[in-house]
Amino acid sequence: MQHADRRDFLKLAGLAGVTFTAGLFPGWPPAAQAATDFHFVQFSDTHWGYKGPANPDAEHTLEKAVATVNGLGRQPDFIVFTGDLTHTTEDAKERRARMKRFREIVSALAVKDVRFMPGEHDAALDKGEAYQEFFGATHYTFDHKGVHFIVLDNVSDPAARLGDEQLAWLAADLKQRKADDRIVVLTHRPLFDLQPQWDWTTADGAKAIDLLMPYGNVVVLYGHIHQENHHMTGHIAHHAAKSLIFPLPAPGSQPKRTPLPYDAAMPGLGTRDITMADKVTLVELPVTKG
Amino acid sequence: MRRRVLVALLAGSALGGAACLRAAEQPAEIHISARKFEYRPNKVTARLGQPVVLVLTSQDRIHGFKMPDFGLRADIVPGQETRISLTPDKAGSFTFFCDVFCGDGHEDMEGTLVVEA
Repeated sequence: MQHADRRDFLKLAGLAGVTFTAGLFPGWPPAAQAATDFHFVQFSDTHWGYKGPANPDAEHTLEKAVATVNGLGRQPDFIVFTGDLTHTTEDAKERRARMKRFREIVSALAVKDVRFMPGEHDAALDKGEAYQEFFGATHYTFDHKGVHFIVLDNVSDPAARLGDEQLAWLAADLKQRKADDRIVVLTHRPLFDLQPQWDWTTADGAKAIDLLMPYGNVVVLYGHIHQENHHMTGHIAHHAAKSLIFPLPAPGSQPKRTPLPYDAAMPGLGTRDITMADKVTLVELPVTKG
Repeated sequence: MRRRVLVALLAGSALGGAACLRAAEQPAEIHISARKFEYRPNKVTARLGQPVVLVLTSQDRIHGFKMPDFGLRADIVPGQETRISLTPDKAGSFTFFCDVFCGDGHEDMEGTLVVEA
């Protein structure tokens, strides 16, 4: 980690807490991208099916977020969900019922190009079986206006490993990229050791980062920790998104990773609009009371 | 900093090879049982510089045991004993937790090792 870079990022994040801008594609000349600017929206950790005091409004929060995004003046090109679509249950029938209802709710999104990936709540108890029935592959790639997106699955293995097979798949995909290609990695858990004492890691995430390191324009977007977080591993930026169920405490800020007390204004919840240009701009979209 | 903690994962019967050691030289065993979503006991004690063996068992399914402060992790598989040797080189309270997702309550499955000076 480069501490100077990290301080700059934190300073930027502190300016507003709403908009975050950084030169995340340092090797990408502005003149080359003017015609390909676009934006997309990230949802994360919706935990459909959760019931508890951390969010008494849990049955409605996702619908409110869908309405918020549908109300954007300029609709995103596509939408990504970075895992924990549903809250875990050991009842396989109930797991599928939650996924079915989740899919119904998000079908109200005006934008129909929607990309999903699992969190451990969706996939760890059955190694992704139900998830794949509803949402397809757990790791894959897609391209949009010159940006290569790589979706990594670090949750279907309950021990939070990408695994050698997926790492080999990642290596093979990266071999097809040029060193200055723009690459966005989407995943659920942090690939780096954010807070090992709270298990906010990926067991073999360092291997993925090593594979990505030769590429000059890489951004990682993830969820899992239910809050904004901005971190650099060398030149690679990692950005965690807020959840839509309950916020968790800042890494290491208290003894246990228990949810923060419910606030009816839901200031810790939201989605994120991401504009891709020579800079990547993150705009936090709070959940508005419906 | 070079860690001076002696860590060894030993198969269930591997201690048999040390049978020639005198009983007084055997490290103390700390038995911990895992099940959804708790360890029993969830608070154990060791002494600074005194070797111990954590003897871990599971009553229901695979769980994990991870204690980052000492660089320890292991799977706990039902029907097997998982043995972890440890000589604590620092005093204090250190959290261990399950790192194999085991259901709704997994995030609360943790315990504390107290190392007394």
